[in-house]
Amino acid sequence: MQELEQILDEALKQFAAIDQAAELEQVKARYLGKEGRLTGLLKGLGKLSAEERPAAGARINQVKQAIEQALQQHRETLQQRQLQQKLAAEALDVTLPGRGMGIGGLHPVTRTLERIESLFHSLGFAVAAGPEIESDFYNFTALNIPENHPARAMHDTFYIDGQHVLRTHTSPVQIRYMENNSPPLKIIAPGRVYRCDSDVTHSPMFHQVEGLWIAEDASFAMLKGILADFMQRFFERDDLQVRFRPSFFPFTEPSAEMDIQCVQCNGKGCRVCSHTGWLEVLGSGMVHPNVLKHVNIDSEKYLGFAFGLGVERLAMLRYGVADLRLFYEGDLRFLKQFN
Amino acid sequence: MKFSENWLRTWINPALSSAELAHALTMAGLEVEALEPVAPAFNNVVVAEVLEVVKHPNADRLNVCQVNIGEAQPLTIVCGAPNVAVGVRVPCARIGAVLPGNFAIKQAKVRNVESFGMLCSARELGLAEESQGPLRQSSGQASTELRTGLWLLPADAPVGTSLRDYLELDDTLFTLKLTPNRSDCLSVAGVAREVAAIAGGKLNVVQAALVPSSLKETLSVKVAAAAACPLYCGRIVRGVNAAAATPAWMARRLERSGVRSINAVVDVTNYVMLELGQPMHAFDLAHLSGGIEVRYARTGEQLALLSGQTVELQDDMLVVADDARPLALAGIMGGAGSGVETATQDVFLESAFFAPDAIAGKARGLALSTDSSHRFERGVDFAATRMALERATHLLLEICGGQAGAITEVRGTLPAREPVLLRVSRVKRVLGISLDSAQIAALLQRLQFEFTANSPLPNPLPQAGEGAIAASVRHLSDEDFRVTPPSYRFDLALEADLIEELARIFGYDNIPAQPPLAAATMLLQTEMQRPLVRLRQIMVARDYQETVSYAFLDAQTEHDLCGNTAPVALQNPIASQLAVMRSSLLGGLAGALRINLVRKQPRVRLFETGACFTGAGYAQRERLAGLCYGSQFAEQWGAAGRNVDFYDVKADVEALFAPAVLSFVAATHPASHPGRSAQILLHGQAVGWIGELHPQWLQQYDIPQATVWFELDLGALTQATVPHAGEISMFPPVRRDLAVVVDESVAVQSLLDAMQAENAPNVAELALFDLYRGKGVEQGKKSLAFRVLLQDTQKTLTDVEIDQSIARLLAVLQQQGAQLRM
Repeated sequence: MQELEQILDEALKQFAAIDQAAELEQVKARYLGKEGRLTGLLKGLGKLSAEERPAAGARINQVKQAIEQALQQHRETLQQRQLQQKLAAEALDVTLPGRGMGIGGLHPVTRTLERIESLFHSLGFAVAAGPEIESDFYNFTALNIPENHPARAMHDTFYIDGQHVLRTHTSPVQIRYMENNSPPLKIIAPGRVYRCDSDVTHSPMFHQVEGLWIAEDASFAMLKGILADFMQRFFERDDLQVRFRPSFFPFTEPSAEMDIQCVQCNGKGCRVCSHTGWLEVLGSGMVHPNVLKHVNIDSEKYLGFAFGLGVERLAMLRYGVADLRLFYEGDLRFLKQFN
Repeated sequence: MKFSENWLRTWINPALSSAELAHALTMAGLEVEALEPVAPAFNNVVVAEVLEVVKHPNADRLNVCQVNIGEAQPLTIVCGAPNVAVGVRVPCARIGAVLPGNFAIKQAKVRNVESFGMLCSARELGLAEESQGPLRQSSGQASTELRTGLWLLPADAPVGTSLRDYLELDDTLFTLKLTPNRSDCLSVAGVAREVAAIAGGKLNVVQAALVPSSLKETLSVKVAAAAACPLYCGRIVRGVNAAAATPAWMARRLERSGVRSINAVVDVTNYVMLELGQPMHAFDLAHLSGGIEVRYARTGEQLALLSGQTVELQDDMLVVADDARPLALAGIMGGAGSGVETATQDVFLESAFFAPDAIAGKARGLALSTDSSHRFERGVDFAATRMALERATHLLLEICGGQAGAITEVRGTLPAREPVLLRVSRVKRVLGISLDSAQIAALLQRLQFEFTANSPLPNPLPQAGEGAIAASVRHLSDEDFRVTPPSYRFDLALEADLIEELARIFGYDNIPAQPPLAAATMLLQTEMQRPLVRLRQIMVARDYQETVSYAFLDAQTEHDLCGNTAPVALQNPIASQLAVMRSSLLGGLAGALRINLVRKQPRVRLFETGACFTGAGYAQRERLAGLCYGSQFAEQWGAAGRNVDFYDVKADVEALFAPAVLSFVAATHPASHPGRSAQILLHGQAVGWIGELHPQWLQQYDIPQATVWFELDLGALTQATVPHAGEISMFPPVRRDLAVVVDESVAVQSLLDAMQAENAPNVAELALFDLYRGKGVEQGKKSLAFRVLLQDTQKTLTDVEIDQSIARLLAVLQQQGAQLRM
């Protein structure tokens, strides 16, 4: 039985030296195949006596199992090794750039508008729209700006004909909305507006968002509350200081100009705020009784407030844009910064 | 409105610094736009008289001067100014003086001669000599190179006096940005009244002395346009010396208000306007014939104005005329033929109230803007009109001498000042804070408004605790006021106007911000519309960059790209390239493309949304448009470099509308290549265009490569339907392919449409999956392969059923001239 030990030893050594699966199966045949050495020993059992046979058989089978086990183990090792090689060969340079279509982006004014809309939307404001070529009546008269009123000179109006202008503000949307809807009302009206003026700080076309809230309990204190809240949310600064100053708009009374603490210098004074520490960002006020009268809303029952803010101005402050004209040039190098 | 702070402080002198006063005005609605010192800081500069000038022994260009500064011993000062001369009076910086730019004056040896100070030019003091205003210069450094010469002061300048005192340089210029409703603050008196309301303090009203008339003579005044001129006051003053020097204090105040000194008479009228807000005019009596008449101009009359402009008068223009001709555009500007000059001896002084409606818009219509029209169209205090005439006469006699005649006054119906109801309860509702009657009364008193309360006002209660406040509010809640607006306020006609006044004086900042209260109702969000936000995101996801273009452009581009021969045009464009309204977004996109090509961008993919304008009725349609130039994919390692083409962009359009299915019909568009242009239909309705830009435009606009564009109606894009779930088949689909050869001219859509129309049973999907031209396919023909998916929801299809359907589809194709490809 010395031979059995030798066979096992040889088999294990041979297996270990093999690195091809096919070769392994060939070598296996040398031990366990029809002509294999163990098979030969098993066949030789018949020559043994009946007493010797069981013990010898058991010994041979033990060795046979050991060989099979070693065989299986090595088979798996080889499979594993082969898989590893295949995977290694298939490895990609994951640092190569992705393929195909890139991604575009929104214009900074749109980005700002969407932000403004969503902030007011969260407070229940609906969005309204109106025409950009507007009648003299809606743009001025219905907003309590009669012909020859000095306030008309402030507007630098583009005229289409005697009765039509490019709207100078989004305020006419207020009128159109109130004509067709009954209070209580809460709307914002974003859109393009036009003024006959062009330099670093003025564009002949720009965007405004008009806001209107008509309710029985609307008040100046509430106007202050909403607008202060809005500015703090827009700039994501809970401590942003705001202030309200008396002003004049023909369609609001009382009227107020809203300033925010300069977001560039935190109110210390810089070039952006002309060293005042404050930035004028918005006009507002309680809706003038004459405006409500035009649209048949009982100003004894309902009060309202309105506001108008310049979108470009907010975009410039938020994103640090220095020159207003960049917004309308379409230069991709500028636009892609906001993607 | 610009004025000197010192002048204002002669009227009212609150215990506030310049900056505090400016802040208080701003926060009360009179925005202080600029606050500038009259002179930069310097000290120890006095008026000096040059006694002796001797050439410097060691320098040709220098002189050694003996200078009297009012002390016992003259100073020796070395001076290099060419205009130094014996007898001149000039500013002298003494030893120890610090000039602008932190330039310290020390005793110094100049080429071995001791110098005890410096004689100064205006520039060295940071001033411009002519205006005495601050010199605008980046560096305040005093330097001899800048020196044009010594600042020669008047011969009567008091020697030894501090220059700052003598010229009143410790003063600040206030510039107010007044809103159009606050014409009452277009005078120093008006601002002072406002300061009194805001800050309190005693108002020193200049009481115009009544000038006794020493002449019997009057000029007849007739007011034909009584509504336009409800009050006209005038008087003759004879024997004035118009060549008299305007007193320095008056000239200084005028200058500091930005008004040029002209002659003593005109200066007096301007001064009174700045002081009291009443525009005035002085006519040269020698040039008047007959009496004065205020009337509307007659068509055909002309008037040469003081500005040099000659105006064709219209019959809606108010004039002041004599018996022969119009003399002045009433309330706007005087005529050249009757103005006061230095030789004038006798004048007729006018102080009138012209109604805002009669003046408003007229000056602007003539492209004139005068101090006078600015005030009249906003409203002038008619209660001060006569007083202003007295004030002007008084100043005129004092400065120019002469004898005044009696005042002629024609008075019609002045603007009414009806009492306005002011309800305590309304104040609370509008402002959102409780002001009690006592507080309201106190605010009205500060504003000096006349008012009555409909029950006796309580004495202001010392409000010890909340209970006391509540009690007083309850007690007073029904109190109403009747407030009579003052003659100088043209903006107070309604209760709301008065509430603003209360809030203004109370302080907007003292009204607490209140979070909004409203019934919480959900907003309607219809699923029948796709929001624009989502459409934009589709474009962004497909690699388009959004742009915003002006809605106006040049007429030629509209004509070229849109064939628009009658665009909506602006009457007053700012430039010819921005003269007409766009009828399409394409012009703006093409403009942006060109900008980017100039800036060397190889690949441009843009989109824009916005209104487009067409036709006589100014129809305004919102559109979404896109434009692609350059390679389909940005240059990269893993995708072939291929220029974008029609079908790439068509896929973008289809993605925008998905799941709705579009059809594309070959049709020509002025912008597009005639063979590569299609109109886009949705449910048979035209909803847009797609095409490749016409090579002619590529050449004309310097675009080197093909450019594909599209434009869609936003209304159609936002339409959506609420999805409805159908049955999903449990049985496997069967695929059959149909390959056919057709003439090149056959449109694939026509074959698909024909097959669809056949309604062959169980056909679940029909699509083109291959197009082939070349080897094996005859020239002029193309091979098409269609995928047909067949499926039933109830059972597995039999071969017979499948073959029957396929046969029907093939027959349809053959009817269209297709040959089955073997």
